Amino acid sequence: MLTFDNVSLRVGEFTLTADAHVGPGLTAVIGPSGGGKSTLLSAIAGFLDPDAGQIYWDGRDLSGRAPGDRPVTMLFQDNNLFPHLTVAQNVGLALGPRLRTSAAETRRIDDVLVRVGLGDLGHRKPAALSGGQQSRAALARVLLADRPVVLLDEAFAALGPALRAEMLELVQGTLVQAGRTVLMVTHDPSDARAWADQVILVADGVVQPPQSTAALFADPPAALRAYLGT
Amino acid sequence: MRSLPARLSVALVLVLTLGTLVAVATRAQVGSGLAAADWAAIRFTLWQAMASAGVSVLLAIPVARALARRQFRGRSALVMLLGAPFLLPVIVAVLGLLAVFGRGGIANDALGLIGVAPVSIYGAGGVILAHVFFNLPLAVRLILQGWLDIPSERFRLAAQLNAPMWRVLEWPMLQRVLPGAALVIFLICLTSFAVALILGGGPRATTVELAIYQAIRFDFDLGRAALLAAIQFALCAVAAAIAWRITPLDGLGGGLDRTVARWDRSPLDWVWLVAVTLFLVTPLVMIVLRGLPGLSQLPDSIWAAAGRSIAVAAGSTILSVLMALSLALRGGRIANLAGVLPLASSALVMGTGLFVIVYAFVSPTAVALPVTMLVNAVLALPFGLRVLGPAVRDVRANYDRLSQSLGLSGWAALRIVMLPRLRRPLGFAAGLAAALSMGDLGVIALFATDAQETLPLAMYRLMGAYQMEAAASAALLLLGLSLAAFWICDRGGRVDADL
Repeated sequence: MLTFDNVSLRVGEFTLTADAHVGPGLTAVIGPSGGGKSTLLSAIAGFLDPDAGQIYWDGRDLSGRAPGDRPVTMLFQDNNLFPHLTVAQNVGLALGPRLRTSAAETRRIDDVLVRVGLGDLGHRKPAALSGGQQSRAALARVLLADRPVVLLDEAFAALGPALRAEMLELVQGTLVQAGRTVLMVTHDPSDARAWADQVILVADGVVQPPQSTAALFADPPAALRAYLGT
Repeated sequence: MRSLPARLSVALVLVLTLGTLVAVATRAQVGSGLAAADWAAIRFTLWQAMASAGVSVLLAIPVARALARRQFRGRSALVMLLGAPFLLPVIVAVLGLLAVFGRGGIANDALGLIGVAPVSIYGAGGVILAHVFFNLPLAVRLILQGWLDIPSERFRLAAQLNAPMWRVLEWPMLQRVLPGAALVIFLICLTSFAVALILGGGPRATTVELAIYQAIRFDFDLGRAALLAAIQFALCAVAAAIAWRITPLDGLGGGLDRTVARWDRSPLDWVWLVAVTLFLVTPLVMIVLRGLPGLSQLPDSIWAAAGRSIAVAAGSTILSVLMALSLALRGGRIANLAGVLPLASSALVMGTGLFVIVYAFVSPTAVALPVTMLVNAVLALPFGLRVLGPAVRDVRANYDRLSQSLGLSGWAALRIVMLPRLRRPLGFAAGLAAALSMGDLGVIALFATDAQETLPLAMYRLMGAYQMEAAASAALLLLGLSLAAFWICDRGGRVDADL
């Protein structure tokens, strides 16, 4: 359980407040541009310290812990892979800050590559992969990382609709099945409707507590109506 | 991990720039004041730097305009050629210019055919000619950048309105770009030593740098040398402070390989392009033509000197790149200051300070090569830092969050992320440092005798002894070594580098 206890985040003049619990499953984070979606994810990942309040994971305070030292792994909009490392090396970084891997670790890397459908591409550099394959490679690293919280910051925004659906299906079949807490920032409400168990609306400097997707879209509050333009 | 090398780098820069200045100041004999010859040197230094900057910039305007609006086969080769003088050892270029414009050079031969008396390249005219040879290309690149920075939409708009492009677009751009370009060249020419050493001299064409050298080598008057060094530092510091404020100094960068569609081309463009190509290429061709036959007969002493040059260049390249990298990673004001200070100093000022310091303990000849290596490394530092600084910022902007979320920090982040991402700029910076050090004829001239001479110094000795055939062969060897040093480093950064 991810808990925001009276969290207040400040970036320049902009302030974002959050007081909510997020459970396992796929949670979509939606809201207008500049509303604070990425700010929220940055705080969970540890790139941004709250001005006030605490973020807890399973009751443990995350304050002051470095990004690499949190139970969190994150995919960004771009630059999720190091171009000079092979796919296997990129994925292997999930196991620790080193490039050499033991035989057992190499097997785990191969397994996870098979699971995302890149079984025989581990030796390639990212530039030799298609956009969809690059996303799969990044996802493989998240799978291997074995961290309970996964943040997707518009990670698949650059993909076309079909590829994006493919990736979200893969997220559903792997990360969500494994019981991880996945937060996904998306610009496309239909992604949220199709895949998310629940939705967090971030608007007007406030992070709303998650609501079930069906209920939220059946009776959207004013802020969501304004965002959707309905 | 990262801050200790940065601190050592800053310390070394401070010792070699400000430390040597202190050493110079304690030795400077102000009491006796400046002799008439010293005033003449100061006047000539300022005058020739102004003239060189003015001529370079004025000639560069039509050349840059031609390059900005003409697309032709070999254009990118010409732009590359314009970057070459930076890698060219000064003494090689001067010998090439002598072969063209000197007594018995092809230009004078041509004048002789039409019955004109030969002109002499020695003296103020020759010094300025050589400075223009080196700095015209730099001026062209800086001004070309200005031209290409004008959005092509504005040219289209001006063409549609039938507006005078020169008045509405080009002259305003030049007003912005020219002062900076001129100032950078002025600064470079202020510290001119090797050119003045060979082509100048005498009461009418001695720079302060040359006067420092003469005070130490010929008169062994350390007090006077120190006083002159202090003056030189003051001149450069003022010029560098102004230049650093108003210019990007990015004449090395890429992005010059496009043109803007224009509707006002003049056939004179081709005249300018051919003229500048001939001006730059002919001296180098002469070096090759005159140097090639004697290459196999070069005496062993020249090969030994070449070996010393390679060793010095290798050492100073490694040191310079390590310093530039540690300062680029460290960032901040101190690192920036350390990157600018060497521009305010000069080879002979540092050399004089180091001479004063080491003279008390050991024979200067015993430390000639290590001192040359240190000074070359520090003098190349500003260029390395200009290359690596933005590259480090790019890597951080793109991969810092990913590295952090993977727990990559300290040494692991440097090894797994930063160094591989920096391969190209590291190779380029190393190539610049290697070529600069390989061709350097500055501080080594103060310290060395025949037994420690590097290839440029050996070449200078051959020229002094009027062994022009051997000098040309040594020049060809030096040219090859400088270009090879750059190529190997730059290439090393490119091969298999994944962008």
